[in-house]
Amino acid sequence: MINLIREPLIFEISSPGKSAVRLPELDVPEKKDLLSGVPLRDDIEGFPEVSETELTRHFVRLSQMNYCVDFGFYPLGSCTMKYNPKINEKVAAMPAFTMGHPLLPEDLVQGNLELMKFLEKLLLEITGMEAITLQPAAGAHGELTGMMLIRAYHTAQGNPRKYVLIPDSAHGTNPSSAHLCGYIVKEIKSNERGTVSVEDLEKEMTEEVAALMLTNPNTLGVFESDICQIADIVHAKGGFLYMDGANLNAMVGVARPGDMKVDVLHLNLHKTFSTPHGGGGPGSGPVAVKKILEPFLPVPVIEEKDGRFHLNYNRPLSIGRVKSFYGQFLVMLKALAYILTLGPQGLREVAEVAVLNSNYIRKSLEGIYHLKYETPTLHECVFSDKFQKEYGVSNLDISKRLLDYGLHPPTMSFPLIVHGALMIEPTETESKRDLDLFIEAMKAIAEEAREKPELLKTAPHVTYVRRLDEVQAARNPVLRWEKTS
Amino acid sequence: MSYIPISDRDKKEMLAKIGVNSVEELFSSIPENVRLKQELNLPAPLSEMEVLDYFTEKGKKNDFSRYLHFLGGGAYEHFIPAVVDYLSSRSEFVTPYTPYQPEVSQGTLQAIFEFQTLICQLTGLDIANASLYDGATGAAEAILMGYRLKNKKRLLVASNVNPQYREVIYTYTKNLGLEMVEIPYDKTGKIDQAGLTASLNDDTSVLLCQSPNYFGVIEDIRSLAELAHNQGALLAVVISEPVSLGLLEAPGKLGADIVTGEAQSFGLPLSFGGPFLGFMACRKEFVRQMPGRIAGQTVDVEGRRGFVLTLSTREQHIRREKATSNICTNQAHCALRATIFLETLGREGLKKLAWLNLQKAAYAAEQLTSLPGVSRKFTGQVFNEFVLEFPDCWEKIDKKLQEKGILGGLALGHHYTGLENCALITVTEVHNKEKIDAYVQALKEVLA
Repeated sequence: MINLIREPLIFEISSPGKSAVRLPELDVPEKKDLLSGVPLRDDIEGFPEVSETELTRHFVRLSQMNYCVDFGFYPLGSCTMKYNPKINEKVAAMPAFTMGHPLLPEDLVQGNLELMKFLEKLLLEITGMEAITLQPAAGAHGELTGMMLIRAYHTAQGNPRKYVLIPDSAHGTNPSSAHLCGYIVKEIKSNERGTVSVEDLEKEMTEEVAALMLTNPNTLGVFESDICQIADIVHAKGGFLYMDGANLNAMVGVARPGDMKVDVLHLNLHKTFSTPHGGGGPGSGPVAVKKILEPFLPVPVIEEKDGRFHLNYNRPLSIGRVKSFYGQFLVMLKALAYILTLGPQGLREVAEVAVLNSNYIRKSLEGIYHLKYETPTLHECVFSDKFQKEYGVSNLDISKRLLDYGLHPPTMSFPLIVHGALMIEPTETESKRDLDLFIEAMKAIAEEAREKPELLKTAPHVTYVRRLDEVQAARNPVLRWEKTS
Repeated sequence: MSYIPISDRDKKEMLAKIGVNSVEELFSSIPENVRLKQELNLPAPLSEMEVLDYFTEKGKKNDFSRYLHFLGGGAYEHFIPAVVDYLSSRSEFVTPYTPYQPEVSQGTLQAIFEFQTLICQLTGLDIANASLYDGATGAAEAILMGYRLKNKKRLLVASNVNPQYREVIYTYTKNLGLEMVEIPYDKTGKIDQAGLTASLNDDTSVLLCQSPNYFGVIEDIRSLAELAHNQGALLAVVISEPVSLGLLEAPGKLGADIVTGEAQSFGLPLSFGGPFLGFMACRKEFVRQMPGRIAGQTVDVEGRRGFVLTLSTREQHIRREKATSNICTNQAHCALRATIFLETLGREGLKKLAWLNLQKAAYAAEQLTSLPGVSRKFTGQVFNEFVLEFPDCWEKIDKKLQEKGILGGLALGHHYTGLENCALITVTEVHNKEKIDAYVQALKEVLA
């Protein structure tokens, strides 16, 4: 029904004199000639003017054009689109937490500091690491922070080193973060199992290599079984093992990165710890380290003494700040509420069912979609469009057709080592009924690919808009609304 | 567990389908020696009711609600209309991922497109991105963008830029062999133009200033732009209090090349400092060096308008180490709140909001400086923040004011030598006359 209404941009329904809120009148004597000599604007040209009814309908209509986890299955690989518990939202909306100015005296925000310190402690137990910062704003920001810690350590030893090794299966943020930290990236090829080749690593690992950045389980969902040997090779040359924790959901409560000789680990609270993605953030990307890197953590560091909590800025070896204030505080509260709700058994069950669900999908679609790597997988599995390519159907077509079935597609075309990839991560919060719905849809689409490939190539058919011309968007960028008349 | 909808029966059926006997078997790729032998040492699970009680109790340890505060310095308390919370809390906005499948993400994408448009209108520039983490990282990204555009190693940052922003800029640039030079301020509180001229040479990529700056003083953007441009450098302006743009001329129209900043003031609660909302806008010709996501307009196969994420060849998932930034997840939901906030206020509303802030701050400054020994530290024009100098060390006065239930401002002495007797005071529309008068009365008693 709602799809029949084409909702214009707010600027196109604006009309002069309207407003959706009434502000109070000035209750102090008005002073004339304030800001004399300062260039002022007569108007905010083009700014919208709508009533509250129009505004509300505008955003309700926009919302109804979105697919979301609360509506259905969202199997984006390496994104961990699990259900976002509502109690977490309620906690984070409490005025005691939303109203506090970040520069209030420490005595007045003891509750906030205590909760952050407690979250730190729980995350250290979950990861087996020894020190942590909650400051980074998201996963990529955590990566950058982690690489800065490594660089600061090497610099303190007299040589920051030149290179960072990254497997070819890694997420694009890894090389980008290493580069932003002043390192040259060297790619490590994956072997026939889809994991890091130990021989290659041995060849590439020198005393000019600062670190190896490894995602484990990797983006194929494969656990790097040689992890301890890999760590030893890196450590033998004085390098650090950085672990991208994007896929921690596969092993939470089952195994801990700290026990695998990992030196630096970033977490995504908006993945493993259930905080909502919000259409692209805010996330939160804490970085956990081994003791040796603790002196370099960003300032301030939260310290506890005699039951009082204190922010310590006096840390001479610190890399400094990576963000204003203390990080994404409200997101931290949601993650803390989640951990407290689940407890140790609940967290382990998260990994167990995430892995069970993924393997159930893998088994159900094996033979129908091509699986490049036979290696056992944990929380996600990566198929490709190789079989469907015979009929001229690509992973893009399969994904768009899934939209017609009312389902969100998997991650497409990633990791780069699988051509035409369809990367599926169901998470633990899906029922068997929803998994079966997806499996049946994928089977039906494979059938359609053979029988009526055109149906896929022209999909989606029943969405608010149909396939969009992304080439035109990039070639002739229209990045804002402008008044035409 | 209520978030895991797989029953024991389901489990059995699924294991049979997979062809294993137990879930344990599925983890066989994790070597035995690194598997946990016991449960994690975490608190036992709490019921929903207990979780709520737990956080309520901890919240009580935040003992600030009995104080009247005049704090700003990069985080501002503003009124948030009810529709902002109500509309932004919808599941359809809270629980989707980054809009990788545009056909089922038009709500998020259209909202981002509207956000970009609003930021362009406010800043007077051509292009805006979908958001950055916050004002501090925005300032760092602006500096790096300026460096990519000009490829010169000298970067000038005004010392009256928010100290936290400068710290983040320093953290970001020190590993890249770049030279960050701080420019002094003068008695107006603005950038010292003689100091600037001495540091600005043709090896400079970018000059970054803040306006209103950390002292609340409005910079002369037109002349800063001229000075920078004359040396072939770019002018980047960072704005931590964007409500000011309801009154002040758009920096883009005064010659700024990049405008970045913190948009927490637009509908985001203070939240102990996060999540906040970074924004960035620039001139059209610089768009290929812009960091972060950008939404663009296009058409579908039936010719209907739609929106997509675009120009992604700038970004890490395509360009890897050659990307303009490593940013991936940003602050989309915060940008949505800001969009709703700005569209609620609208053209007249934002102007009026800015005017209320200006007038109330002026009234407060006038009343406070009528007390003996209290004076404005800087002569420059201000918006809703100003620096006052007191007859004694601010920390002593602050303490006595706190005893009277007033948090009267932020100390400046930690960051600026010579300003030990000064405080940065912020007044917004949430301060009615009664509150301002209460502050004046309390200070009068403290100084007596």
